[in-house]
Amino acid sequence: MQQQELKEGVNIGVNAGEKGMVQVFSIPKSMKENFRYTFCPGCDHGIAIRLVAEVIDELGIREDIISSTSVGCAVFLYDFLEVDCVEAPHGRALASATGVKRARPDKVVFTYSGDGDFASIGLAESMHTALRGEKVTSFCINNTTYGMTGGQLGPTTMMGQVTTTSPTGRNKEYFGYPIKVAEHIALCDGTAYSARVALDSVPHINEAKKAIKKAFQVQLDGLGFGFVEILSSCPTNWHMTPEEAHERVRNEMIKVFPLGVFKDVSA
Amino acid sequence: MGKIIIDNNRCKSCYICTTTCPKGLIKKSSKTNRLGDYMVEFDDPKGECIGCAMCAKRCPDMAITEVYR
Repeated sequence: MQQQELKEGVNIGVNAGEKGMVQVFSIPKSMKENFRYTFCPGCDHGIAIRLVAEVIDELGIREDIISSTSVGCAVFLYDFLEVDCVEAPHGRALASATGVKRARPDKVVFTYSGDGDFASIGLAESMHTALRGEKVTSFCINNTTYGMTGGQLGPTTMMGQVTTTSPTGRNKEYFGYPIKVAEHIALCDGTAYSARVALDSVPHINEAKKAIKKAFQVQLDGLGFGFVEILSSCPTNWHMTPEEAHERVRNEMIKVFPLGVFKDVSA
Repeated sequence: MGKIIIDNNRCKSCYICTTTCPKGLIKKSSKTNRLGDYMVEFDDPKGECIGCAMCAKRCPDMAITEVYR
């Protein structure tokens, strides 16, 4: 890693300017200049977008990327990533990504959507894209609720979880059971890679980055559909502090949605 | 010895970094930023920071913009 000149300015820190220091972390080059995330404090979307940007930088595919963005909090991706984006109707991100990839097979296409977009309104499009084995990459951010619209019960809401539309908690008689997206996508024959990762701690974040890189790699190798489900927190709609929300991911969500790689044809 | 640089205009005061740092070198500040949130500050008088970048990896708003070691 190259040594870089230390910047001075508005930042708080010890006196900048010691020579001989190596920069070990910087903002990915695929992020827009002077961006500022508009997510709630403690929301894991920011980490997920950073990991995608780092992987795009490492693979050197920024000029070839086309993103098909969804509806929900995940839509703000195009405000922060310096890549070309197509806005799809709600739930149809993978349908429009299929069109983009078939028209321009030389480009790298990915979608970034929440669980409401991917697994609720868009479940048919998502599942059939995996069954067709389209060579696209998809990320699904699972926060067990509809974040943007105010915390209603979603397809991934856990049993007993209280939301604005399930005030007594999710029960099997009225609402049924949550969907486990990564396992379902892994069952599709066209899927090349399906994994579930979390962003609640540094080791899990490192694993998440590897999974995101692999999901892009299977597309670049032409093996099929690459998918990563990312467990995220939603402190605002869970009515928790950011730290409590990450504790919930660690202690409750990972038990219901186990982490791991469910399918990898290249392994 | 390492050092971090915090961009307080991006910080939204979630304080995840304060509990992530294994040595507790990031502390809640008494100053506020333009949104009125109490910011965080890097307080490392003994030079204990090793530049592990765990704080930067967990910052959801990329407010820890640079880490050196």
